Amino acid sequence: MLALIEQVKGRFQGDPSFEYNLSEINAEAAARLIESGKEPVIKEEARLIATIEQIDRAVGIVPRGAFVKTPLGPVHENRHFEGLSLVEAKKLSSYFHFTEPVNLKNKTLLEKADLDPSTDFLDSLEHDIPRGSWSIQLEKGGTVVVLRSLLWLGLTFYHVPTTKQFGYVYFGTGEKNLDLPFML
Amino acid sequence: MDTLRDEHLIPPTFEAAEKCKALFVKEGGEEEHEEVEEEMGQPSLPNVMETAFYFEQAGIGLNKDESYYIFLALKNLINLHPIQTCRFWGKILGLEMNYIIAEVQLREGEEEEEIEEEGEGSIAEGEKELGEGEEEEEQKEKEAEPPKSTYKPPPEIPREANGTGTNKYVYFVCNEPGKPWMKLPPVTPAQIVCARKIKKFFTGRLDAPVVTFPPFPGNEANYLRAQIARISAGTHVSPTGFYQFAEEDEEEEGADTYEENPEFEPPPVVEMVESLTMWAHHVKGILNQGRCSWINPSQKSEENEEEDEEEEEEEGEEQQEERGPPLLTVISEDEDIPAWTAQASTNLIPQYSIAILQSNRWPGAYAFASGRKFENIYFGWGHKYSSESHTPALPLPAQTEFPTGPEITETVDPTVEEEMAFKVAQEEALAEAEEEEDEEGEDD
Repeated sequence: MLALIEQVKGRFQGDPSFEYNLSEINAEAAARLIESGKEPVIKEEARLIATIEQIDRAVGIVPRGAFVKTPLGPVHENRHFEGLSLVEAKKLSSYFHFTEPVNLKNKTLLEKADLDPSTDFLDSLEHDIPRGSWSIQLEKGGTVVVLRSLLWLGLTFYHVPTTKQFGYVYFGTGEKNLDLPFML
Repeated sequence: MDTLRDEHLIPPTFEAAEKCKALFVKEGGEEEHEEVEEEMGQPSLPNVMETAFYFEQAGIGLNKDESYYIFLALKNLINLHPIQTCRFWGKILGLEMNYIIAEVQLREGEEEEEIEEEGEGSIAEGEKELGEGEEEEEQKEKEAEPPKSTYKPPPEIPREANGTGTNKYVYFVCNEPGKPWMKLPPVTPAQIVCARKIKKFFTGRLDAPVVTFPPFPGNEANYLRAQIARISAGTHVSPTGFYQFAEEDEEEEGADTYEENPEFEPPPVVEMVESLTMWAHHVKGILNQGRCSWINPSQKSEENEEEDEEEEEEEGEEQQEERGPPLLTVISEDEDIPAWTAQASTNLIPQYSIAILQSNRWPGAYAFASGRKFENIYFGWGHKYSSESHTPALPLPAQTEFPTGPEITETVDPTVEEEMAFKVAQEEALAEAEEEEDEEGEDD
């Protein structure tokens, strides 16, 4: 279902009950839906939910050390997290995607030996494809580090180094920037 | 050095604060300054904080600190350069650093002319020459020099003079308030035409090269200037009737200047939001040629050139200056999205709400109107929105090198049988010739 909704292109209308005609997008799926007795439409609220999920999964990031993994498996917020240092805050490798890791197994054994299993259990931003799809800037004289995603234009992540404050927010049109490789 | 004390590290915050401190210092010698200004007419420092307040009602803008820094930086800019009017144009984000842009009109008579001009503008025009190839003529000279190319690049379209069309305003940029303001060079039509075909992120360094196909004639400063020109032409709007033509007759040339209409009565906010006829562009649109006013490239006797000229002529006539009469409603919806989204800032308190316009063609361009006040601003990455993905221009087809003819066409080498047959035939002919000679010899 998510894959189907991802094919809907164009801007959002602003009306959650707006219906996208599925037959224009994918005739097969529309046919299947008609057979099962439902209408071949996608509502905008479904598209909205799918887009939020996509954004969170693709570019939702957290600084290293903000979350810890207990030996039993569950992940907790780290109450002793004091923030990244200024030097670390400028590096892409100190930020992780907050989703199921994909690249961890592909690392060489030497790299895996350096990992700390309580804090380094997520994918870092360094190996994101395409390279350079994150813009990292220091604002306000170096007190705030701001990361902006170029894949989902409008996703902004902020962190105040040496403090516990971080977060990300999305203001944008809700469309993936597929032209990214041409723009870098 | 071994010491037991830690070295005192100066945090970067401190250094940045030192730079910003210069903004907060009131310049000495202000008295002389004021006298001079009164004679020449005071340059208008825009009230950035007021604009920021109105845009904040729509959820757009920078934080108060940054707005104030920009305010002070603009004040510095006015003190440094001979400026007549100044406006905060907006902020364009970049990969490493951002750009803060000020739109400025220099005082008449004090404009500095740029001596160093383009140089590579003809490369972008090469796309029109698809039919032509390089014609090499065989020149039989004594020293057999390589043949010279008869390729003539198409005539370069001249850029508009400072103060008119796309170069009506001068733009100054800086990376952060507190850093020195850099003046952007005037924009040429070739740069605008090329900027329409490429889509690149800005890095934040003005001297960075822009590596694209078709090759962009200039570096990042020129690309930034071209995008600013496109955004201004596409999204600078004002309430209809605020500006009027200086003269009654709408000549094509005279219509460049407009003035504020003293009898303008601001329509209520509800009307401004409901219909787009209440808004009008006050910047000339850019033609396909890359200029605001169409110019006839110098005539040539080749057919290709004439066809291009005819096409451009038609376009120039259709796209007349878009001003005065409300043309927002006339803008064709070529991407099946409306070009603007209008809303009031609040429905709950109608007496203090303002009308907000968001552009859909250039995401990040906003305009507000409240009574007699209105303003345009841009916060974004500097790219146009298109519902289809960006397709880069394909490389040109390979050019023909040399006209093929029988004298240079390769012939197939004779096969072995053919060679043997030829050899046999030759020997026979030789034998016959010898017999004849012998006979003649015998006769004598």
